[in-house]
Amino acid sequence: MSGDGSGADGANGEENDGQRFDRLPETADERVVAGRPTREEVVDWWEERYGLAPETWDGHTFWEKGKGKIWAFAGDLVSPTPVEAVGMRVIRARQEHWKPSTDAVQRFCEEATKNVVVLEPAEAERFVRGEDQELDRWEGDWGYLVAAHEFEGRVEPIGVGLYLHGELRSTVPKGRQEDLS
Amino acid sequence: MNPLERYAPLVDDEEAFLAACDRPLPSVVRVNTIKATAERARSALDAEGVGYEVTDWHPGILKMDERGPGTTWPYFHGWLHGQEEVSALPALALDPDPGEVVWDACAAPGSKTTQLADLMEDTGILVGNDNNLGRLSALRHNAERLGVSNLVVTNQDARNYSLKPFGEGTDDPAAIDAFDRALVDAPCSCEGTIRKNPDALDRWSMDHVHSVAGIQKGILRRAVQATRPGGTVVYSTCTFAPEENEAVLDHAIEEEDCELVEWDAPENFETAPGVTEWEDEEYDSSIERAHRVYPHHNDTGGFFCAKLEVTA
Repeated sequence: MSGDGSGADGANGEENDGQRFDRLPETADERVVAGRPTREEVVDWWEERYGLAPETWDGHTFWEKGKGKIWAFAGDLVSPTPVEAVGMRVIRARQEHWKPSTDAVQRFCEEATKNVVVLEPAEAERFVRGEDQELDRWEGDWGYLVAAHEFEGRVEPIGVGLYLHGELRSTVPKGRQEDLS
Repeated sequence: MNPLERYAPLVDDEEAFLAACDRPLPSVVRVNTIKATAERARSALDAEGVGYEVTDWHPGILKMDERGPGTTWPYFHGWLHGQEEVSALPALALDPDPGEVVWDACAAPGSKTTQLADLMEDTGILVGNDNNLGRLSALRHNAERLGVSNLVVTNQDARNYSLKPFGEGTDDPAAIDAFDRALVDAPCSCEGTIRKNPDALDRWSMDHVHSVAGIQKGILRRAVQATRPGGTVVYSTCTFAPEENEAVLDHAIEEEDCELVEWDAPENFETAPGVTEWEDEEYDSSIERAHRVYPHHNDTGGFFCAKLEVTA
């Protein structure tokens, strides 16, 4: 058996080449690289986890570079492509719990209907500072949540929170953390 | 000698020109309409008590009263991007449509690139290239923060840019053989940025001007070659030197299939025409259609911007 051990189905043993962007296969039947997520799985994941309509991604293609870094690009390109970046990093996959990126959540999760935790102003400020906080009122799932706040008349996504054991951990990247208080 | 004095014969009011070059620039932001409307962004700033003034030529370009925009909620949400006021011109001149294939030849750190993505409504294909790998991380960071998802980033020398990574010449339906539009915001001697970087002219020399002019000609020629007939190329710099501006355009229209076209600067934004004579040189009369921006006209940095159409 070849592959990286995480691929279970449909793979003919081709390895993931971390140096280039490969378009995700549409479905498992088309998968040739072991463990590579499919477009169908990615679109389904956003819908199941965050309630994003599949049409959200109608104009986008999905790409993998490196191990499990999934990018969304608002068009199509030849595949593979040896460029530096293709669209936006949206998910870290190839692990038990996929993690969305801060930028993807800000860009696409205004329409999210599930696993969105709406923070009070002081909580939102703590979150952006990168601080973890107790949040006992959340009664939904554990795992990666969309952290959001009421802003300019809407629920606006801020970033990705990891909710475990009554605590909301901020995953705002260090370079994006700010003191907005 | 202050190199800016070289340009006294070109300006209408030498004293006002030199005085403006001595004043610092205000902090300016552009509203990113991929994520918010200008109205929402302004309302968010109002709610935080952050003072600003809307420029009188663009509703989405705001001059901040004091502090930079970095520590505000609308900035954190990617609704705002710090960008020098005058540098918003070339993307407006290029005027890309949603769905087009656009090349930004010298893209990092990405203010103009992300503005192009905004004008394209984050659709189509925007290829942002820079020869400096280190600066590409800033381009990527800015693009992702602003929610841009139609950008492909490449790291090539723009003078001999290859479309091979995009499948040029193959029958792949996704292959790109030519761009619809290209922006050449060329590396230059940066005289126009003196208000932002007071030491911008410390290393200025005529040798440097001539050396960057050679690079500028190479990039502009490649941009014309890589753009389809009927397509548009915009050439811009932040310098006053005719050697880097009009002379580069003159060379391009002489050597490649392209011509200067009229472009009206935005209403309430004053520009001067391109010059057709400089020292011992004479340039094609169509180069008057280019725009020179002097700091004392709109209280901005200095700039140069011209629009070309690729002919068959």
